[in-house]
Amino acid sequence: MDKPLTQNIHPDHDFTSLADYQKTGGYRGMRKALTELQPHEVTQQIKDSGLRGRGGAGFSTGLKWSLVPQKTSDLPDFQQTRYFVANADEMEPGAFKDRLLLEQDPHQLIEGIIIGAYAIQANIAYIFMRGEYRLAAKRVTYALQEARAQGYLGEHILGSDFNLEIYLHTSAGRYICGEETALLNALEGKRSTPRARPPHAVASGLWGRPTVVNNVETLCNVGHIIHYGIDWYHSLGLGADHGTKLFGVSGRVKHPGLWELPMGTPIREIVEEYAGGMLDGYQLRGFLPGGASTDFLLPEHLDVRMDYDAVAEAGSRLGTGTLIILDDKTCPVKMVLNMEQFFAQESCGWCTPCRDGLPWTVTLLQDIIAGQGRMEDLDTLAGLTRMLGPGHTFCALAPGAMEPLQSALKFFREDFERYIVGNNDELEYA
Amino acid sequence: MKQTAEKSTSEDLTALEIQEINAIINHYEDHTSVAIEALNIVQKHRRWISDSTLKAVADFLQISLAHLESVATFDNLIYRQPVGNTVIHYCNSVTCWMLGSEQIREHLCQRLHVEPGETSADGQYTILPIVCLGACHRAPAALVGDELKIDLNTDAIDEILKR
Repeated sequence: MDKPLTQNIHPDHDFTSLADYQKTGGYRGMRKALTELQPHEVTQQIKDSGLRGRGGAGFSTGLKWSLVPQKTSDLPDFQQTRYFVANADEMEPGAFKDRLLLEQDPHQLIEGIIIGAYAIQANIAYIFMRGEYRLAAKRVTYALQEARAQGYLGEHILGSDFNLEIYLHTSAGRYICGEETALLNALEGKRSTPRARPPHAVASGLWGRPTVVNNVETLCNVGHIIHYGIDWYHSLGLGADHGTKLFGVSGRVKHPGLWELPMGTPIREIVEEYAGGMLDGYQLRGFLPGGASTDFLLPEHLDVRMDYDAVAEAGSRLGTGTLIILDDKTCPVKMVLNMEQFFAQESCGWCTPCRDGLPWTVTLLQDIIAGQGRMEDLDTLAGLTRMLGPGHTFCALAPGAMEPLQSALKFFREDFERYIVGNNDELEYA
Repeated sequence: MKQTAEKSTSEDLTALEIQEINAIINHYEDHTSVAIEALNIVQKHRRWISDSTLKAVADFLQISLAHLESVATFDNLIYRQPVGNTVIHYCNSVTCWMLGSEQIREHLCQRLHVEPGETSADGQYTILPIVCLGACHRAPAALVGDELKIDLNTDAIDEILKR
């Protein structure tokens, strides 16, 4: 089986019920974990599988689980309770992968949560979902009821000593809620600002207790890994990373869409074969490989493989794995402005570089586009990409916001300059 | 519809609202956690969160009004001003922007004689921008009430407004 994540997702039926899910092997990973494996063995298998976080950061999932203190009687009280959280707050501009998994095969996520919660010995788990995903919320609620009725949630699951409840928490919409520690604050009913680290959530998360937060797509891999094994999982990747990944393409291509492909699939194959290449009359000028908070890459990077290290080596990030295409008739400066407006609006305002730096970035870009820019503004923008970069902020929002800007300044500098010197009339942009 | 501080005395939550909040309040170690969902529940019944509604929710949850206001003003989907029967959230994030969200906004605003953030004179529709709706392969997209609409163009907008 080479497409585990989407095996139940077909254009002609749009929901996978519990019965459908079990027909293709669903919940067998859970059964194996709960009846044959110790919690630490589950964690070890996920670690050995090489599964890395599909939300964008690419951190080892098994390693994250292993950082939760083992449950022993000499642990202090506050660490006896732990929580497991599925991050279903997909809101990265250009990303549309988790919605598909939530709407069409929610049991796959639920199975992943049960196994993950068992591994860290959490008895309560939350699915934190953005408020706009109304259909996904309905489908997940239904699937949770099915799983509960089947005895997969509740007390003594499959006759074991393990108890688990999963609650769906629907949020009210804010990009920052997808950031791990901001999500925890949101779940606690607070304004969703990130927390200073350390301590990390695995040591002190929800209400100060050890907490694991994993992305939806990440968790959808878990049941398959436990059921089919590590060797099978390793056989799925083409490059350095393992398993499959949902890759998407949006923009002016012939067939924008989403496909489950081996990790390490070359970008060219995704853009030219699956997405069908550019629409007639448009040329590929560049692309963001993994959503709005990743650096632009150029057509010369089309042969790069979509895995974490290969994309990083090319100067960007795999991010969410959903590519946004820049065509030759879209102005890269205006495209960057759109993304910076998004980041400025969605900044939580907690730390100064982000709160002040992003609106400043927007103003500079607006001035440049309005023909009121000066060449020094490009230096100021470059300075901002450093000041808002890694190490100066509580979370990754501002550094992420700087990625498309810094790479646009590098690759499309002439576009910025043409606005400034005032002969942008020759541009054919809409 | 503007309410002054003096006028904003507390009103009561309805039995149904209380029942719905109580059904989930035990999901959390600390009842403060239910704040956002409580606002979502009450807003579902009242369409928006007035000052007095906010106070009623804060009183019911026994949390400070300032705390609840800090949450209510932070989240994009909590409306602190009156909205119409249906809120149309048009996506203005990058792919939708590239593929025509500005035309969608212009057409909506022109048809309804409003600016973004305003409600049509008949009280039917409120137009608001929203961030990426996760439908970039079918851009431009909008959330019309609870329904995701994709592959939008001016004809599709006319069709939506006809209903």
